[in-house]
Amino acid sequence: MIKVITPGLQTTVQDQGRIGYYEIGMPPSGAMDKYSYVIANLLVGNDENAAALEITYMGPTLEFQRDSVIAVTGGEIPPKINGQPAPMWETIAVKAGDQLSFDFIRQGARAYLAVAGGINVPVIMDSRSTYTLCGIGGFEGRALQAGDGLCIGSDIRRKISAGTRIPETFIPRFSKSYEIRVLMGLCSYRLTEESKERFLSLDWTVTPEANRVGYRFKGERLNFVPREQPFGAGSNPSNVVDLGYPIGSIQVPDGVEPIALLNDAVTGGGYATIATIISADLNRMAQIKTNEKVRFVSVSLEEALRARREMKDKIAQIKQVISENGR
Amino acid sequence: MVRYEYGGDEFVFVELAEEMSLEVNFQAMAITRKLREKQLPGILDICPSNASYMIRVDPDQLHPDVLIKELKDLEHSVSIDDFEISARIVDVPILFEDPWTHEALMRFRDRHQDPNSTDLEYAARINGFASKEELIQAITDYPYLVSMVGFVPGLPWCYQMVPREQQIEVPKYVRPRTYTPERAFGFGGAFAVIYPVQGAGGYQLFGIAAAPIYDKEQRLPDFADSMTFPRQGDIFRYRSVTKEEFESIREQVEAGTFRYLTTEITFTPHDVIENPKQFSENVLGRLYV
Repeated sequence: MIKVITPGLQTTVQDQGRIGYYEIGMPPSGAMDKYSYVIANLLVGNDENAAALEITYMGPTLEFQRDSVIAVTGGEIPPKINGQPAPMWETIAVKAGDQLSFDFIRQGARAYLAVAGGINVPVIMDSRSTYTLCGIGGFEGRALQAGDGLCIGSDIRRKISAGTRIPETFIPRFSKSYEIRVLMGLCSYRLTEESKERFLSLDWTVTPEANRVGYRFKGERLNFVPREQPFGAGSNPSNVVDLGYPIGSIQVPDGVEPIALLNDAVTGGGYATIATIISADLNRMAQIKTNEKVRFVSVSLEEALRARREMKDKIAQIKQVISENGR
Repeated sequence: MVRYEYGGDEFVFVELAEEMSLEVNFQAMAITRKLREKQLPGILDICPSNASYMIRVDPDQLHPDVLIKELKDLEHSVSIDDFEISARIVDVPILFEDPWTHEALMRFRDRHQDPNSTDLEYAARINGFASKEELIQAITDYPYLVSMVGFVPGLPWCYQMVPREQQIEVPKYVRPRTYTPERAFGFGGAFAVIYPVQGAGGYQLFGIAAAPIYDKEQRLPDFADSMTFPRQGDIFRYRSVTKEEFESIREQVEAGTFRYLTTEITFTPHDVIENPKQFSENVLGRLYV
């Protein structure tokens, strides 16, 4: 059992996500930065889909009630054990009674805490991920609160020895400005050529509205090609007949502020979507904070698939390193 | 012109038409049903929507271009002429001008096209009805096709099965509300919806559904198999109820005994498109025997 002393800003139980229910309007939820999440699980010898804690901006204080093996990865929210600094990206052994707390965030936005065995919460529609908007999954469908007790599960594959670390080259570096790769398309035909060009050349600022549902950006107004609105679409030029929104898709309601939809997104609606963030860069999106800058870079499908393969290869190499060094 | 578009490396989006029609919705339904039957490895989600559809793939198993080729073949081989739909007809009780949505719409008057009237009065006026009662009559006279499900779990987009010139059309709010009560009955574009849960929303608010369409505890018998009730292809008939009937349904919901009045129907798109009035009478006749 892990006791929650203080919950942090928003700490939720997440796994790979609830896949296959988009059709009924159920978003996948799941860890926003899957790269960091998977590495945390690998470092404690877990199944790659074991549930972990996603920690946002400000970490919780947790007390372990039995000896456990843990790892913290992701954005730099420095962990401390009984007040002493502890490493990230490394297998750590904690003793019953130890308290894990976190320092102020230095870089990135979200850290992942994996515990050997995984967090044991009920599986709802094939996943343990929390979807707070509808109160589904995770710990009672919500972010953690003080006094909660988390059970440790048995999603473990192998024992990894404390001190196992992943090579520095695999540790992502976070900054204050990001290039995020997108595939233009969907309903981008609705934007004027000039606005398409501006969308890709501006440095967009992340607004305070940046959470698991989506990120909203400030920059300048984008314009839509004038037309007589098609039947059923609604009167605003940014409206289309309600359609499905891909994860990572970007829409610009009324042309005012682009919104990128993420893991807890609404699955459809009536705004023209203009581009989609490639899967490899959704991990990086998860580490961006309010007031940081984003420039969207247009890539081809082949480039997106290459980036996806590179990410998978990296995970495969990390697995190799951990299985060699972690014995 | 049909548009095939990548939604990043994991989604393929197909826009069959820019404007809404029953024909195009049936076509999306027919194509996605055929695709489902093929059970191609690598397909994670098949999401039919109003005038489009969307597929989520694992591109490591199925290259999006291979999928698009498959979908283009389906576009040409699938016809709604030989397409049969087996669906539920459902009686959906609505309390129009209820106190809960009234409170919500009054709170966000400054985000509305017409701050000086209610959503129902405004919608009646711009659609050429002499009174809001006439609008309610038009909404409840003919049944709707559930043409898409999404936004949040279980929200049904409902498109009335009447000729184009008889369709009700309203704009969405100028700026979306930050609050909409659970079970609110709204209208936006040419679509009627019920909001499954409390949350943001931009549709005009006309009333509230007496019974839930989303039940995460799966307490009610209609939710034994799924937390969400609406399915694409269902036929919903919105029925105006009195405050007394509304209260009585609420009590049944609380007691866990409420069940939607439903019946099954098998029909073809042509039954609807050729003669919507007769189809509607047939539907209502079956539902209220």
